[in-house]
Amino acid sequence: MIEADEIPLRRLAAAIRGRVIGMSAQAKTAHLGSALSCVDILVAAYWKILRLDPSKSGDPLRDRLILSKGHAVSALYATLAERGFFPMAWLDQYNQPGGRLPEQPFPGCLPGVEAATGSLGHGLPLGTGMALAAKIRNQSFRVFVLMSDGECNEGAVWESAMFAPAKKLDNLCVMVDFNRWQATDRSLEVMSLEPLAEKFRAFGWDAVETDGHDIGSLIDALSKTGAVPGKPLAVIAHTVKGKGVSFMEDDNNWHYRSPNAEEVARARKELGLQD
Amino acid sequence: MRNAFAQVITELAATCPEVVLLSGDIGNRLFDRFKAAHPARFYNGGVAEANLVGVASGLAMNGFRPFVYTIASFITYRVVEQIRLDCAYHHQPVTLVGTGAGLSYASLGATHHTLEDIGMLRCIPSLKILCPGDAVELRSLLPLILAQPDPVYLRIGKKGEPVVHQKKNLALEIGRALPVREGRDAVILTTGNMLPVGVETAGILTARGISTGALSFHTVKPLDEQTLADCFASHRGVFTLEEHSVVGGFGTAVAEWLGEHPSPKAVFRRFGSPDAFIHEATEQDHARKRFGLTPPQLAEQIEKILAKS
Repeated sequence: MIEADEIPLRRLAAAIRGRVIGMSAQAKTAHLGSALSCVDILVAAYWKILRLDPSKSGDPLRDRLILSKGHAVSALYATLAERGFFPMAWLDQYNQPGGRLPEQPFPGCLPGVEAATGSLGHGLPLGTGMALAAKIRNQSFRVFVLMSDGECNEGAVWESAMFAPAKKLDNLCVMVDFNRWQATDRSLEVMSLEPLAEKFRAFGWDAVETDGHDIGSLIDALSKTGAVPGKPLAVIAHTVKGKGVSFMEDDNNWHYRSPNAEEVARARKELGLQD
Repeated sequence: MRNAFAQVITELAATCPEVVLLSGDIGNRLFDRFKAAHPARFYNGGVAEANLVGVASGLAMNGFRPFVYTIASFITYRVVEQIRLDCAYHHQPVTLVGTGAGLSYASLGATHHTLEDIGMLRCIPSLKILCPGDAVELRSLLPLILAQPDPVYLRIGKKGEPVVHQKKNLALEIGRALPVREGRDAVILTTGNMLPVGVETAGILTARGISTGALSFHTVKPLDEQTLADCFASHRGVFTLEEHSVVGGFGTAVAEWLGEHPSPKAVFRRFGSPDAFIHEATEQDHARKRFGLTPPQLAEQIEKILAKS
């Protein structure tokens, strides 16, 4: 069943990548590589995992997704628009002064944006609190937190990593977009991240590793949320920064650059998007 | 104040199902009654304050009223960004309870001295700063915190401190200073646990012929500007007193106000700790004495200032 679904989901991911590239070009914003690396994770989560109704973004029982790597929010904006949380035309406001779609989100900026992020290491503690809230009230919703690998440098991440299993928050899932780059260096050279899944296991989590661009595998991995009673789940998604565009893939210059018109056209062509 | 907090928060949790208490692994046995009465609403989050503040905000985003309780120096300095972003930017009604504030834990060294916290937090938008003067003020303020929508830093002392107010409960208002003692010539504006010192100082001065009042500014932010205007208009000396650095704290807040509302009549002076660390073994009374913050020292300084004015 998942396989049959995969083709439209892949097309959706390509469309979102196209929007994200267009937004970066138009607004001249950075962090394009980081946004492209997490698109498939967002597609798997928003179309196949999260129990929510985009027309009821304030439903107290909705599943929550916090984009803790707030610098990649263009990918979240485009995903939420595609998923029907707000009109696609709103994306034109991206990074427009006075608008609702800043380069990093403010609280309540848009339906579906659960938290203001941009400083790393805040999403997991917030999500942990939300998961605890569900447990206290015996509510069924789950909380998904999408982090970057560089973000795992932050000590607060590991504070939450110790807290969540101690409080048996099996309604919590952390997804690490492990694209092996942080702002200025290879993440494994900056900090000793590996073995990341083992680290989470050692902290008391259930953990799975997956290809972060294989939507079917991502769905399988994320579906394990709550599978082990009492244990939160860590999904280590191995990704490529700048995924989807050959000349952006694994090139960290795209942490900073925005594409020109010619590059946008080439990228769209590679993504199989019509102009 | 510590025991008063434990007692009142336990009572409030009984009537308010949204109250959740998060402890940073302190208060040994202090919350036994809370834990027994509300086991699903007490969590020891360990010595991991960044997580604890984020968790509190996550709870608040889902309708809870979390209180995060730990040593004042740890719930402030260590997590300024979490307070600023998770609590204040998201405008969540989290209450950060800093116990042992000021010099309450003076003997434990500068790691536990909290003499810069008000200065650090005062410029964070939407965060209220409450510094009750004694256990009675604390009891009266706690229900008011639940009745307002902002994040709060509640700065309290330790156990066994002098109680100034004779009543069990006071009709307090957040943002409104409490007159404690009348005086025509001078007035001492205290915040937090310096209230008893301020009242005693006012007594010494009055006995020496300088009629001196005392007010408890249990709220540092928002600052009670109306009361400041009244104090500066009707006294020839106005003095702030706090167990906090003279840089950035309550006295600075008053000085900022005074800079824009100059007083033709009153002299003004801030009393607090100096802009320096303590590099010696000390304890609260010893440190206060070193900083000139005991009633006889304060009375002498104020007398001199007024004599010159």
